[in-house]
Amino acid sequence: MSNLEELYKEIILDHYRTPRNRGELPPPASKTEGFNPLCGDELTVYLDVTDGVVSDIKITGHGCSISQASSSLMSVAVKGKTLAEVSEVLSKFKNMMTLEGEVVDLNDPSNREVLRSLGELAALQGVAKFPVRIKCATLAWNTLSQGLEEN
Amino acid sequence: MSSFNAVRVRADIPALTRHINGRPITYLDSGASSLPPRSVIEAMDEYYRLRHANVHRGVYQTANEATDAYEGARAAVAQFLNAPGGAEGVVFTKNCTEAFNLLAKSWGVANLKDGDVVLLSEMEHHANIVPWFQLRESIALDIRFIPVTDDYELDLSNIQELLQGVKLLSLTAMSNVLGTINPVKDLAALAHAHGALVAIDASQSVGHMPTNLVDLDIDFMMFSGHKMLGPTGIGVFWTRPEILATMPPFLGGGGMIADVRTDGYTPATGFTRFEAGTPMIAEAVGLHAAIRYLEGLGLDNVHAHDQSLTVDAISRINHQFSGRVRIIGPTAHAQRGGVLSLDVEGVHPHDIAQVLDEIGVCVRPGHHCAKPLMRRFGLAATARASFGPYSLTLDTDVLLEGLQRAITFFG
Repeated sequence: MSNLEELYKEIILDHYRTPRNRGELPPPASKTEGFNPLCGDELTVYLDVTDGVVSDIKITGHGCSISQASSSLMSVAVKGKTLAEVSEVLSKFKNMMTLEGEVVDLNDPSNREVLRSLGELAALQGVAKFPVRIKCATLAWNTLSQGLEEN
Repeated sequence: MSSFNAVRVRADIPALTRHINGRPITYLDSGASSLPPRSVIEAMDEYYRLRHANVHRGVYQTANEATDAYEGARAAVAQFLNAPGGAEGVVFTKNCTEAFNLLAKSWGVANLKDGDVVLLSEMEHHANIVPWFQLRESIALDIRFIPVTDDYELDLSNIQELLQGVKLLSLTAMSNVLGTINPVKDLAALAHAHGALVAIDASQSVGHMPTNLVDLDIDFMMFSGHKMLGPTGIGVFWTRPEILATMPPFLGGGGMIADVRTDGYTPATGFTRFEAGTPMIAEAVGLHAAIRYLEGLGLDNVHAHDQSLTVDAISRINHQFSGRVRIIGPTAHAQRGGVLSLDVEGVHPHDIAQVLDEIGVCVRPGHHCAKPLMRRFGLAATARASFGPYSLTLDTDVLLEGLQRAITFFG
């Protein structure tokens, strides 16, 4: 099951089984809903942005292991970060997802650097090899983008 | 029964020679699209290689042949359905969805007015829901839904009340999620007694069990070719010719006119009025071949085969995964279609489908374009396995192997 293990890395399974930052935030936190109409996945991202910093984030919803793990990993990656830092991690993550089937060349120093800077998020790199699952991984991030725009 | 042999059917399906991830393909997604036999592919190939021309126009030999092939397919559909009025009531569309849009946007616009009731059911495909909501944007329709019981059947306890004021009952013959077969003939009689017309979505049933429009006594039927071993890109809208004659044109353009002037146009009559532009000629040829193939198998045989595979699969799933895998559909009796929607505790359908793909098993995760039904049962998605006449118990073996893998993998 080498392909599967590449997709479902241990970090992903861990975040799926024990999602971080689950729950809701009361107003004035913003609330943004995201849907994947193809598979019925739904999630809601609650954001507390204070003085240009994502001071708190909570997520509710349901979906497959990839979408759930991705939202949990995302919440960890952006909590406590400035909006500029969040925007940088967002664009790095989206870049990683648009490699669509190409294997990331780990000998390329710039790729290594990007993956290192993504930390645990790099575990989701395997998803890019499964084009139909990319939407699962990006649902939380697109919802976050939308939430930040509305903020 | 004696003439039907699923192993021989399998040998007729080129797509089943594929290997996926080193394993022979296990195709369990016939509910989404069935696999065409060689005769369908060859009929379309032969048409394109030797007889291709536009229809209803030329006077030359191959144009006549193309017209004969296209109209021959229409006649074959009418005969296959035992359609009252014969081929005159058969309109070719792109798919079943377009056929429903034709119903709503032609018949519906001409015949429905504010306050009229359109009765659907909670187990309808979006194709039989969304066009009615779209029509409601211009006509204040009262759209009602026959509920579904906890046993996955239509809840008819309140049917007399639901039928009050109804102008159209539009219902699926067989649920694409549950496999439930609905009592179409009885409900049609009841709806007629209330003065309504009856439309039936036969997408899941027409390639899996006999259809007899004279016996069913309904007014409209729609289905797609690719769910009955035919090609994609063709569907059928059928109605009684006398109803068709009252329906205004739907799509406009070439082919559907009697006359066009600089001050207006006059539509053609009959089915021609509803087939604007060059039609799907090769697909009609393929559909005709699919009908011949299914008639060769015998629809009674196909239905019996589906039922035997389904009964066997239900019993093995319940035995091997009791409590862990729930079948979303009737399990108490054999009178159902070969569609098994599975809800595996703790494993999302997408993840199941991914693990199954690893061993070459094709199932469909998702809401199956039936979100009201999924909501009814508190589900976002299921993993659906569905059989075709080429399916074997061997396919169920591999499905169970994959389910076990998924459960082990996700714990």
